[in-house]
Amino acid sequence: MSLKARDYKSGIKPIWCPGCGHYSVLNAITKAMAARELAPHNTAIISGIGCSSRLPAYVSSYGFHGVHGRALPLATGLKVARPELEVVAVGGDGDGFSIGGNHFLHACRRNVDIVYIAMDNEVYGMTKGQASPTSPESWLDGKLTPHGTEVRAFQPCAIALASGAGFIARGYSGDPNGLAQLIFEAMDFPGFAFIHVLSQCVTFVPEQTAWKQRVHAMDGVPESAAEAAALIHADDGFGKGILYRSPRPVWPRPHAQPGGRDPRAEFVL
Amino acid sequence: MTTLTLAISGSGGAGAISTGELVLRLVAGSGGYGMLKKTFSPQIRGGESAAIVRLGSAPVATIPARIDLLIALDWQNFARFADEVPISADTLVLHSGSDDPPPGLTIDNLLAIDAAGIAAAADSGWLNMVLLGMLAKGLGNTCAAAEALLLARLEKHDEAAREAACRALRAGFAEPLPEPLAQLLAALPAPAPADSASPRWLASGNQMAALGALEAGVRFVAAYPITPASDLLEWLARHIEHYGGHLVQAEDELAAINMVIGAGFGGVPAMTATSGPGMALMSEAMGLAVASETAAVVVDVMRGGPSTGIPTKSEQSDLNLALYGLHGDAPHIVLAAQSIADCHFTTAWAMQLATRLQTLVIVLSDQSLGQSIQVFDAPGSEVPRAVVDHAVPAEPYLRYRDTASGVSPLALPGEPGHMYTADGLEHGENAIPSPRSRDHQRQLDKRLRKLTGFDFGERWADLTGQVEGRSVIICMGSVTAVALEARQSLATAGHEIAVLSLRLLAPLPVAQLGSLLESASRLLVVEHNHGAQLWHYLRSLLPNCTFDSLALPGPAAIQPRDIFAALEIADVA
Repeated sequence: MSLKARDYKSGIKPIWCPGCGHYSVLNAITKAMAARELAPHNTAIISGIGCSSRLPAYVSSYGFHGVHGRALPLATGLKVARPELEVVAVGGDGDGFSIGGNHFLHACRRNVDIVYIAMDNEVYGMTKGQASPTSPESWLDGKLTPHGTEVRAFQPCAIALASGAGFIARGYSGDPNGLAQLIFEAMDFPGFAFIHVLSQCVTFVPEQTAWKQRVHAMDGVPESAAEAAALIHADDGFGKGILYRSPRPVWPRPHAQPGGRDPRAEFVL
Repeated sequence: MTTLTLAISGSGGAGAISTGELVLRLVAGSGGYGMLKKTFSPQIRGGESAAIVRLGSAPVATIPARIDLLIALDWQNFARFADEVPISADTLVLHSGSDDPPPGLTIDNLLAIDAAGIAAAADSGWLNMVLLGMLAKGLGNTCAAAEALLLARLEKHDEAAREAACRALRAGFAEPLPEPLAQLLAALPAPAPADSASPRWLASGNQMAALGALEAGVRFVAAYPITPASDLLEWLARHIEHYGGHLVQAEDELAAINMVIGAGFGGVPAMTATSGPGMALMSEAMGLAVASETAAVVVDVMRGGPSTGIPTKSEQSDLNLALYGLHGDAPHIVLAAQSIADCHFTTAWAMQLATRLQTLVIVLSDQSLGQSIQVFDAPGSEVPRAVVDHAVPAEPYLRYRDTASGVSPLALPGEPGHMYTADGLEHGENAIPSPRSRDHQRQLDKRLRKLTGFDFGERWADLTGQVEGRSVIICMGSVTAVALEARQSLATAGHEIAVLSLRLLAPLPVAQLGSLLESASRLLVVEHNHGAQLWHYLRSLLPNCTFDSLALPGPAAIQPRDIFAALEIADVA
């Protein structure tokens, strides 16, 4: 008997505010899980800290809610140790691109077969409204940056491409069906698959409700990094769809077969 | 026991360490014992390095302060480690390079050997092999034995280089030995005939820790390079895949420890190794391992600190970090390896305890244990094994069930019916986050109880000698061998003392320790750090005991004479 999307919900009530984009992301994840007919017990959702990082407990699967910024290393360790599991890392823009920024670069490079869903609302919501790495330079409501951030916003998709990610997509919390499709494709992709999700925070950045008008579909899936770079840089950051897809060898690669060597031998006099 | 201590020094890349290792292998090959301490600067080439080798006819576990023979391949930068290679009036200094000894260095016993000239006459540039040839002859070995070791060492060199090295070796062996050198080398007694029933190994503590980890069942390692732990990780990188495991080179220590926790969550025994600065970076996630009750092992090969400190030299100054470095109330296990050979057992035991008690275990080693190599009797095949017990009783499944032992049933991803989300947030028994006092109290109690209620058995410490009415030295790590040597010398002079080397530092078995020490006449805590960290720790947990302290920082090693002085015993040789 195949499971429905709602069967993948744990039943725990999310801590999120009414109107938060993350509800839609949760729905999209469970839809994608149902569409892929994943066994819940063979799936693990891994996160760091932040509003969106509370998501694992809301999914009926194994999960790990770790420390701030370290979802990707946690997921990497699990996937390398237990390659038969479907491992999905989730989190927010602060978790993934600020405190965890280094892990993002190296997860893209390393190409372990995990899916990474970053819910970007351009704000630290859980700590109540500070600017995040993706906040627009001109955003004046950040509580630690009263003059605006005065620094350039982080470009997750461009950075992912430059760091070697083989699958890069952008989704929008206002389009859960489209997002579910992207997650489905990301799970299908062999290697590290990154989905940048515009997921609105109605509490601290209410103007993000206007994203609905700005989001637009991207046409075609570039297969060369050069094309993808041109596409990503030319876009206003609201283009949704698959921005790049080009599989390359997944890590870890098969090397020695177990057995055949006694490590004690080298110490014997 | 008569031993011979020689130091071979030279600029980085001159071959001082290799020459020292070959001398040690030569002596070990004919049944002797010995130990080699490497001392070098962080530069790869152009820095200074020295191998200090102590040779004996019976097991040797310390490097003395007195050097019998110094072989200077050159004098570049010698001053930087001159205090680790002290030249006394008795030291025979063999000067073989083309440069002069540094001004201000008093050498009473200088012997110049034109090793470069002898090598050149043999159409070779390997002046260190000329000296190896001379040492081989003086120590009573055959040239063929030395040549076999040399060829094994130069396995990756091309044929021409191997030939040239062997020519230099043979030329050195053929050279008449200057009398003072011949006399000095002949003083080393021949070893007892080798007992074939007890095979002997030559290895470093880092290699032994790595082997212990592998044999205990570690199948996932996350590695970020740091001196002096890198070679432990490098050894695992070469071997773990043959066991079906994986080593990931992580982007930093934050990643390394979190990868280990991820693998541990998956039920695969996992570890990392680092040194002080790296463990400081890991400390937040070490708290996660405690809170989420995930098995994880961190080996800290301690070096001089704080900050970058003295990266290539030994110290025991991370004890406080290991004991107290976690935020919140985070009970965990801290072990200390007692010898180079014991790095094997202690690391294996750490992985066993981590899986059994579902928690973090820190293993303290130090640069001296980690990077010195020693000849010792091979360990048996009995090794503590990691066992991930994931038998889950009937539903409803409570991941953090408050059990009598404190250990809760562990389900692993992939097992139907027991799904849960592991969490660093405080949680109820059902793993659902909870900020309630009752849940917090209960989980704190449970996480403490699983350690304090566990029977760690007899291996919590190693006691040598009788305690009653005697002074007891309390120590850990590389200080243990020094304390044991001091004990031996004191016994020869008619003073009996005991040495208690602590393997289980946390949770400290306070009751056992208190009753063991009760009848001692005096307690002296000896440790290789400036802040008397072990002394403060023991005092805080055993307030009824009176502990004296001998705490000396690195990089100079603690010597038996420091212990004699602390015990106010003057009549020891």
